[in-house]
Order: sequence, then C-alpha cells, then structure tokens
Amino acid sequence: MLVRLEQRPEASKSMIYVSPLIAVVLTVLTAMVMFALLGVDPVKAIETFFIEPVSSLDGLAELLVKATPLVLIGVGLSLGFQANVWNIGAEGQLVIGALAGGGLALAFFDQQSIFLVPAMLVCGVLGGMAWAAIPAWLKTRYNTNEILTSLMLTYVGLLVLSYLVHGPWKDPQGMNFPESRLFHDSALLPILIDETRLNVGALIALFVVVLGWILISRHIIGFQIKVIGMAPMAASFAGFKEKRLIWLTLLISGGCAGLAGVIELSGAIGQIVPSISPGYGFTAIIVAFLGRLHPVGVLFAGLLMALTYLGGDSAQITMNLPNAVTGVFQGMLLFFLLASDVLIKYRVRFGAPKINTEAAE
Amino acid sequence: MADTPRLELIGITKAYPGVIANNNVSLKIMPGEIHALLGENGAGKSTLVKFIYGVQKADAGRVLWEGQEVQIASPNAARKLGVGMVFQHFSLFDAMTVEENIALGISPELTKGDLSGRIREVSLQYGLPLDPSRYVHTLSVGERQRIEVVRCLLQDPRLLIMDEPTSVLTPQEVDELFKTLRRLSEEGVSILYISHKLEEIKSLCHTATIMRMGEVVAECTPENETARSMAEMMMGADLVSPERTGRKVDGAIKLELRDLNVVSTHQHGTDLKDINLTVRAGEVLGVAGIAGNGQRELMEVLTGEVSCENPTAVLVDGIAAGRMDPNERRAAGVGLVPEERLGHGAVPDMSLWENAFLSAATRMNLTKNGFIQVAASTEFAEKVVEEFRVKTPGVTHFATSLSGGNLQKFIVGREIMQGPGVIVVLQPTWGVDAGSAAAIRQALINMAAEGAAVLAVSQDLEELFEISDRIAVICEGRMSEARLAENVTVEEIGLLMAGIGLEGEPAHAG
Repeated sequence: MLVRLEQRPEASKSMIYVSPLIAVVLTVLTAMVMFALLGVDPVKAIETFFIEPVSSLDGLAELLVKATPLVLIGVGLSLGFQANVWNIGAEGQLVIGALAGGGLALAFFDQQSIFLVPAMLVCGVLGGMAWAAIPAWLKTRYNTNEILTSLMLTYVGLLVLSYLVHGPWKDPQGMNFPESRLFHDSALLPILIDETRLNVGALIALFVVVLGWILISRHIIGFQIKVIGMAPMAASFAGFKEKRLIWLTLLISGGCAGLAGVIELSGAIGQIVPSISPGYGFTAIIVAFLGRLHPVGVLFAGLLMALTYLGGDSAQITMNLPNAVTGVFQGMLLFFLLASDVLIKYRVRFGAPKINTEAAE
Repeated sequence: MADTPRLELIGITKAYPGVIANNNVSLKIMPGEIHALLGENGAGKSTLVKFIYGVQKADAGRVLWEGQEVQIASPNAARKLGVGMVFQHFSLFDAMTVEENIALGISPELTKGDLSGRIREVSLQYGLPLDPSRYVHTLSVGERQRIEVVRCLLQDPRLLIMDEPTSVLTPQEVDELFKTLRRLSEEGVSILYISHKLEEIKSLCHTATIMRMGEVVAECTPENETARSMAEMMMGADLVSPERTGRKVDGAIKLELRDLNVVSTHQHGTDLKDINLTVRAGEVLGVAGIAGNGQRELMEVLTGEVSCENPTAVLVDGIAAGRMDPNERRAAGVGLVPEERLGHGAVPDMSLWENAFLSAATRMNLTKNGFIQVAASTEFAEKVVEEFRVKTPGVTHFATSLSGGNLQKFIVGREIMQGPGVIVVLQPTWGVDAGSAAAIRQALINMAAEGAAVLAVSQDLEELFEISDRIAVICEGRMSEARLAENVTVEEIGLLMAGIGLEGEPAHAG
C-alpha cells in the first residue's frame, strides 16, 4: 500500500498537543525493544523506570525536586526560542547563578538572617543574567552566533566552578575534599514536606510558569517575541526593536537558569560541590520543545523529564543497567518529537491521491 | 494556418488539498497563433502552464502535440517537443555573462561551437539587441528578459510560453517585445501569452481563453472585445470604476521629503538620491517606476524601518520624522501598507485580531499597562472586516487562510481605520483580484477626499492614472517632478520610467 504525506491546508491545532504524546509512546515502545535486546525483561524495566520511582511519597517529592530546575529553565528558554534566540548555554548560566548565590551564603556563613535566602535568590538571578549578557552583547554588537557563544561559555562556567571548589572556596575543615562548607540553616530554602527534599523552590517554579504564561499570551512583550520569531519583517514593520528583544530574552532565560542553580544549591544540595547539575541546562532544551515552547507545556514536560532522571537512577540500582539509559531516553524523546511534529503540517494518507471535488476560494 | 492544432489540451484536472486548481480545462493553440490565457490571480493559469512545461503533473486529462498524444514528464521533455518558456521571475546568475547564462539553460549540444555568434544572430534577427559578453548585473530588467527570450529562441521553439512578460517593462520596451512576438508568430511559432493586462491582449493576441476559479469560462477574439468586457468575463461580475469627486491639489502639505539621500541596505539595492516630494491633504500622489528602481528603499525610509541620518529629510505635518521609528510615525499620524502581505504587512500564522493589533496597538490604544486588550483588538479587527468586506469566517482565523485580495483589503483597511492623516501604500493591488483591487482603489480615493494625503507607489500605470491626482516617476533612485495626472500621458511617464528626460541620467538601452 502506498503511504504518502499530504500537506494540510491549515496547520492542525490538535496535532500540536497530540504529537508529544505520540513521541512518548514511541519512546516507550522503542525502549522496550532496546531492553529486550539487552536481555532484560522489557515490562519490568519500564516499570522500574517509570512507575517505581514515583510509587512513594519520597519518590514524588524527589520528582518535584528534579522537575523544579528543568521547568524553571525550560520556561526561560521557551521564550527565547519563540523569538529565534537560541540560548544553548543555560547550563553555564545555572552554574554561575549558583555560584553567585552560593558565594553569598559562604560570605555570610557565620551570620543568621532571614534575608539571606532572598538575597541569594536575587544573586542567583543576577549571576545567570550576567553570564547570558555576554552572548547578548556579542550578538547585538558583533552579530555573533549566540548558539556558539552561549555553549562555549558553559564550559568556561564549569571551569570557574571547578576552580572555586578546588581552590578559594574549599571547606577549610573539609579534609581536602573539593567541596565548600555546608550552608547553615538560614541559607537553606524552607522544606515543604518533612523528611523529603521538597522545598519552596518548587513553588517558585510554579510561580514562574504562571508569570511566563501571562507574559507570552497577554503581554505586549510576549506578542513581540512571537512576531519576531514568526515574521521578523513584520516585527520591524510594527516597530519592534530586535536588539532589545535579544537582550530581553537572553536575560530572562539566563536569569531563570541562575535561579534554578541557586535553588538546586540551597534547596537540594546544601553546599557547593564540583557537579551542581546533572545537565539540567541541556535537558531543559528538550523540555522546552517537548512542552511546545509554552510555559504550561513546559511544566508537564519538565515532570516527564525529571522522571527519566529518577528512572535512570532506579534502573541502575535495581536492574544494574548503565546510567546512560537516561540520556538514551531523553535523546529518543526529542528525536521522536521532532519526527512527530511533521504531522502538524502534514497528514498521512494511504493509497493514491484522491481528487478533491470541492473548489476553494 | 494548418488545421492540426500545435497543442491541444483536453480535460486537464489538477487538485491540491482543498483547492481545485484546474477543472476539466481544454485549450487549443494553432500554429502561429498568439493565444492569451487570461484570468485573475488564483484562476489556475500558472498551474496549467506548469503542466504544459512539464513542471507539474496533472491528475487527469490528455495532451495532444500536433495531433499526437504525448506525456510531458519534465521541462526537458517539453523542450525536446519544442516548448520554450519565459518565466515571470528570471533565473539568471548576476555574476555571469549573458553567454554563460544562456549556456547554462540550454541542452549541452547547443552550447558547442560559436554560441556567442548565434546569440548575436538570433538577437539581431528578432530585434532583441544583446551583447553576449556583458555581465548580467549590469543589465536592465528589460535586457535580462531578452536573455530569457533569446535562450528560448536558440532552441527553435514551436510554442513559446510567456508568463506576465510585461510587468517589468516600460511601455516602450513592451512595444519592442510585441514586435518580436508578432514576428515569431508570422514565422509559425505559437505563443501562449499569460497576462491580466487587457489592453495588451487586445493589441497583441489572436484569441483568448479566459479562466476563472480553475475553469475555462469563455473564449473570445480580443479584437472584438473591450477591455471592460474581458475584465467582466474574468471576474464574473460587473466592473465598477472608482468614483471621484474632483481633484484637489492645493491642500496643506502633510508629507514632505526634502533632499532625501539613503544608501540601500540591500545587496544590489538602489540608493535614493536627492529625492524631493510633497504630498498635500486631499490628494493622491502616484509614484510610477519599474521594479527595483528604489521603491523598496523609499518605502523603508517612509515606514521608518530604515532611519535617515538627517531628521528633516522626512517631514510629517512639518515635524521632522526622519529618525522616528515605525511606531512613532504611526503616532504622528502615518498609515503604512508594505508590498509583501504575508510576512511583512501581516504575520501569516497569527489570527486577524492579532494582526490588527500588530500595527494598530499604538494609535487605537489597544494596550493597557503593557497588556493586550483582547476585546478591544477583536472589536477593531471586526470593524475592519465589516467595513472592508473582508471574506473570512472570523477574526480568530489565521492571516494565511485569507486569499490575497481579502488579506490586502484587511491590511489596507487596518491602516485606514486608524484614521491617519497620511497613508503610504506600496503596490496597493499587487496580485489582488480585480474586485478587491477596485475596492482598495476606491478606499484610497475616499481617504484623500476626506482630507488625508495618500502616497501610492505602484508599477501598474493603469492603476496610477485611475487614482492619482499627480504622478511622479522613480528611476534609479531619483524622483522626477510630480505632474498633474491630466497633463501627462502614459508615453511621457514611460520615458521617465526608462530614465529618459531626467537630468544627467543616461537613457537605458532600448
């Protein structure tokens, strides 16, 4: 039988939401094949991966802790992506934001203050923004490609972190381990549920989702972002300033990443360690696309991606599978999502072309 | 003439998803006949031609070439049969010579031997002067078209297809082209001439096939018809000429360009040189010119997308506006309609109300503390749709879902409904169906009658004479003095378009 792709007269609105679901289903099916080939019971593996991690209160709390940075960064990135500003360096902005906030905590390690945590959060945002400001300045001033500059700065950021924890910021009583002092209580985010790591950061992420939603759907800035992404000429015709929007979207996404960094540090880790994030900044790119570049979509996509982190851990522990499974899952998800997106503009038809007898116009 | 048609199409049908481009179209072209294919945009002319030239396959139908049934699978097959085509948009490489360009577009065996000699021979024989060693970027648009024609003629075509050949030519160049075409016809070459310019078809073509919405609606002998009767067949409705209440050219100066000099931001663009122009309240000033003579640059300066170094080079109501951005200009009372509808004047994948908000946010106060007033924007968009009879199921539909004419009505309407004192329109009815075009022209005339200053830049001379009180011509980035429309002839405008009669400007060849 002949299978064809036929262009739809108008982009399908329902497919925009169905396509991520198709991608998830295909990912799970392919993963099962992969597990079978590895000689593992596919059903059990999927259960270990997707069900087991969230079958306890602790697991659910952990899911939200992992989803928090992904959602925060994802919302910021999605705004930039809609304006065709490709900030790939959220990981670096996360690290620098974490260092700015964490540095403040270390500077006041012997003082108790209820203002410390808010000040750390602000520093985190500013740190991330500062790191994102570099590609913004290079792009608006010298027309450099922000994909390259932001990505390269990620590695610079990681080296800054490495230098600080191995050098000046190392814990004097830490037996020479490359770690900072432990933060004291007033530098830690309040915990929401006792005995878990779930902290106020999750609520902050939720708030940012709502804020992002309002901005993109109702505010003139969101409108400008969408127009410049869809039709740059129309944006200049309307008088929107492209450079201003490049600055704005990079600062927003950098600030979100920095905030995520400091929340991770002061909410989940409690000290500065050589590896603050297991690649949240990169995974958030997938989160943003999986969430259709919409803040609410990003919320769900962030939860799903967080699950792949937990699932990877639990598969590693209980089934002895390599940790790379997480990366494979994330990669497949993005791959299938991009493939399924063809269905937004095209539909699958079987058989030979049929002549449509109704005339248009 | 022989009795066997050179080309006969029987029952050609071609459907795209949701649209029938050709429905049971039949057509006969005799040897030596100049046959017009006439229809509004979207009537299915291009689809039919693509099929004859082997670019596209039809879903159903037969084609007979000199009585034999054939399948035209590719442009190569078409050329082998003896079909040549001159496209509306040229496919030429600017950085190569005429000869190199021709060599690239013909079958390899023809490039052997003395190609430049044959180019000279053919170009002389048919009155198409062309120097094979010139670089394409040094040639005018008319000369570039000659390359395409010569390229076809080198292959001894039996049927020549010309797609809107005169849209880029001055009236004088059109005359030259017609001489060549008549000569070819006398030699027995059939010509399929696609156009919507009715006067041309009347003077050139032997027969005409008129298409509407994918179907052949009439065949006629253009000589026996009037331009009006053919237009009505094309539209399927009565044509209404715009009404006007009398010309007025002594109002207050609303828009003024003073010694405007701008370096083009485009590759191969045209710099604007010493442009002086005034548009007064109550008049329509038309700017004629061949495409690529600085219209785009002029429009960018007028919209504010490109800002002038000298703030007083553009004056709106006497206020220096040269450095104002598009929004500041709108606030100062300027309405703007760019040439490109989708992607410039409107965002294709946004709804109509969002597209109304796009340019009307400032003047119509559609924001509050930076937030979009959805209800007010929707109401404004609905008013535009109603007032300008835009055919759409509703303002939540995307701009892409509208036909060209309807979207243009919406965009022009969106600007007019903001009540600007000055409106600048580039190509007001480019690619728009005749019904919508008439409505848009009428709206512009009405605006002027209500006291606004209208500046219309267009390549369509008929249109300019219909709506303008005064006409100026832009050529190679210079603007001629504006003259009263009733005191100037099409021929005089044509000479100015070709650069003849402008101070210090050499005439174009041809």
